[in-house]
Amino acid sequence: MDWQGQKLAEQVMQIMLVIFAIGAFLTGYFMGSFQLMLFIYAGGVILTTLTIIPDWPFFNHQPLKWLEPIDAEKHPKPEVTGLISKKKTSKK
Amino acid sequence: MHSFGYRANALLTFSLTILALMCAIASLTDNFNSPSPTASVQILNVNRFQKKSTGDDEVAITLDISADLQSLFTWNTKQVFVFLAAEYSTPKNSLNQVSLWDGIIPEKEDAKFSIKTKNKYRFIDQGSNLRGRDFNLTLHWHVMPKTGKMFADKLVLPGFRLPESYR
Repeated sequence: MDWQGQKLAEQVMQIMLVIFAIGAFLTGYFMGSFQLMLFIYAGGVILTTLTIIPDWPFFNHQPLKWLEPIDAEKHPKPEVTGLISKKKTSKK
Repeated sequence: MHSFGYRANALLTFSLTILALMCAIASLTDNFNSPSPTASVQILNVNRFQKKSTGDDEVAITLDISADLQSLFTWNTKQVFVFLAAEYSTPKNSLNQVSLWDGIIPEKEDAKFSIKTKNKYRFIDQGSNLRGRDFNLTLHWHVMPKTGKMFADKLVLPGFRLPESYR
């Protein structure tokens, strides 16, 4: 996924878990069932896992622009051969 | 959040932290419960009252215990541990507490009960001080939570007296 997708994934995870936690707590409290609270929350965790762990397409709406191979030839990698011998003589 | 492992780890730690917070708040809600338990105990019979060869008194009694502890239960209650103790003072000890019977109440429905039972644990004094002794029967309970703080309280039932002589 791309950078914006990562940010989206983190936000979605936080919001989904907090909402499921609040919903699970209130439901369990007013229904008088601790087990119900845990079940709803566990369901929420599973749903959140399915939403943000896989690399869904909607996380990649602003894909990274990798350079075309032909552009790479116009910008060659700089040479590193002369540097080590020059280290002792040049001081900047 | 770039790799599966990174996202999985973030989700695991965040969800567990939230779960811990939920459990803490659930325990806090127990403070809003104002219970109103009732209990009464009768001694049906003193079956045996002797001085043992060690010089200590021992009593065997049959009790009739009835109580309504349903108001102690909340959504966060796992079980209620209840025990009945005989409390009295002697010249040797200012307070003696001897547990005579206990039980575990797993569900709210079972918390309203009435039983006739012999004392589950032996009522033995440290010495020979029980003849004609006045004592209280105190019902103690521990409300054990599913998560969080345990609450303990008691109800004192005074006015019991052991026989003046051995039988």
